Amino acid sequence: MRIVVLTKPVPDPAAAAERLTSDGRLDRTASPAVINGNDEYVLEAALKLVEAHGGEVTLLSMAPPNGVETMRKGLAMGAHRGVLVSDPALVGSDQWSTIQVLVAALGELEYDLVLAGFDTSDGVGGVVGAAVATRLKLPYLSSAAKIEPDPDKKTVRVRCISPTGFDVLEAPMPALIVGTQLLGEPRYPSLKGIMAARSKEVVTRSVADLGLDPRAVGGGASRTKVTGQQKPLARGATQVVRGTPEEGAKSIVELLASRRLI
Amino acid sequence: MAADKAGAGTIWVVAETGADGALAKSSTEVATLARTLAEAGGASAAGIVVAADPKAAADELAGYLPRVVAIAEPAADGNAWAQVAAQRVAAFLAGESPAAVLTGAGPDGRDVAGTLVALLERPVLVNATAVTWDGGPSVEMSVFGGKLVTTSAFADGEWGIVTVRPNVVTAEKAGSAGKVEAAKASGELDLPTVKVVDRIEEAAGTLPIEEARIIVAGGRGVGGEDGFKLVEEIAGELGAAVGATRAAVDSGWIPYAQQIGQTGKIVKPQLYLALGISGAIQHKVGMQTAGTIVGVNRDPDAPIAEFADLVVVGDLFEVGKALLAELRSRG
Repeated sequence: MRIVVLTKPVPDPAAAAERLTSDGRLDRTASPAVINGNDEYVLEAALKLVEAHGGEVTLLSMAPPNGVETMRKGLAMGAHRGVLVSDPALVGSDQWSTIQVLVAALGELEYDLVLAGFDTSDGVGGVVGAAVATRLKLPYLSSAAKIEPDPDKKTVRVRCISPTGFDVLEAPMPALIVGTQLLGEPRYPSLKGIMAARSKEVVTRSVADLGLDPRAVGGGASRTKVTGQQKPLARGATQVVRGTPEEGAKSIVELLASRRLI
Repeated sequence: MAADKAGAGTIWVVAETGADGALAKSSTEVATLARTLAEAGGASAAGIVVAADPKAAADELAGYLPRVVAIAEPAADGNAWAQVAAQRVAAFLAGESPAAVLTGAGPDGRDVAGTLVALLERPVLVNATAVTWDGGPSVEMSVFGGKLVTTSAFADGEWGIVTVRPNVVTAEKAGSAGKVEAAKASGELDLPTVKVVDRIEEAAGTLPIEEARIIVAGGRGVGGEDGFKLVEEIAGELGAAVGATRAAVDSGWIPYAQQIGQTGKIVKPQLYLALGISGAIQHKVGMQTAGTIVGVNRDPDAPIAEFADLVVVGDLFEVGKALLAELRSRG
């Protein structure tokens, strides 16, 4: 099994230091980058699949040059190699540009499965996976809770979250699968894994390497624009009640009654 | 290129239908938004339903929009729905001059939007928390876990696709029902069709959390499945749905369908009662826009004290039981 996992370095939500530059782009200097949380679930699934069936996991990211550092954590978890698409021309890319870059980068790789996370914690879009699958005419399976490939038959069976439970979908490989938290808790890198990650190969590709026109991607080609940014409306002050459980319960009921919620 | 420009064209809503062909609640919200934008912007609003039997969903959608196009597509049943539907929508829209295309930002809406982006080569703005019309959609998004609200638009007057977050618009029917027209499925289904080989129905939770007016949620502090019985009792007394944090779901105390937060659902109830929930950012992003937030927590310095309306410091079981007694005494 050859599996490519799309991983996006995002500002660490736990650091809570994210901000935009004055022209509305993500200020990548403001906050430490981590692998997007939902990408770690699909990476974990990929690692388990190659443990069971043999094969190799390749990480694919589009990020600034320091994306290599974020990628090392994925390599330390057990991914075999990384491909980083990095180019000054890509600064300010919108989804359309990202889709084109990922499509071009996947065109250079061989794979049975491409896995992507449900969405990213910074932008919460969740549309890139479907678009990439469409451009590559790959079978597309989303909201995956369980992935079961049959390498002999070259098919994959995926249990997908539906509004009423699960749909079990089946498709030929290669296929692109968008996965969820239900795939299972990501592992922590072991010390051995961290050591091994240092010598794993990360190939960097530029826009020109991928055969793309630098004028067709990145901020200059962006088809969306940020026209404003503001702090969300602040919530009112918090009332803190300490006392007996009964006093606490009374204060809750009084608030709910005063707001006509009960 | 004229057809690529937004303007006084039509704002199209792509409806989402479940496996049973029923219209998704989020589509009624998106339809309400489209109608409001059209009224404000001098454009028209219309919807598209693609299903094996689109009639029921199209009739329902026509309660919200002046015009609904119903496309019968047998392949929409028995296969993964979104890409089949998106191909028919793309072929239909190729003969139109859209001002914008709107979908929900839930799982199906995202898949339809992503596929349309690729097929129609259109830009996309995602996860809108509010949309106004200014020659085209002006889209507010909540980014970085709700720390910042950005406003975005399509560049150069292009038309594009917008996904709208569930629960940010209140669905409201139009004064009079619109007309439904049947359209033939056009174009080819060129994308690989993904078969549904089995459907597994889960015992449905009492009330879907996305639609609940009140949510009572439990976190790590609840301590186990037994602890959730108290959460459920309080929810029962309030007519509320039961929610949970990722920690509670990962521990197997409650199904993933009830999870609220970054990797779960985003909800906006009128009341959110958080029991044993610290309010870490990963959970906060899923519930911070609730009307009233009440927390019960041992730790007075937990992050929830920074954004709740009321925090009761104490043991959640003791306070919870007292609350139950208090609610019951009100009869």
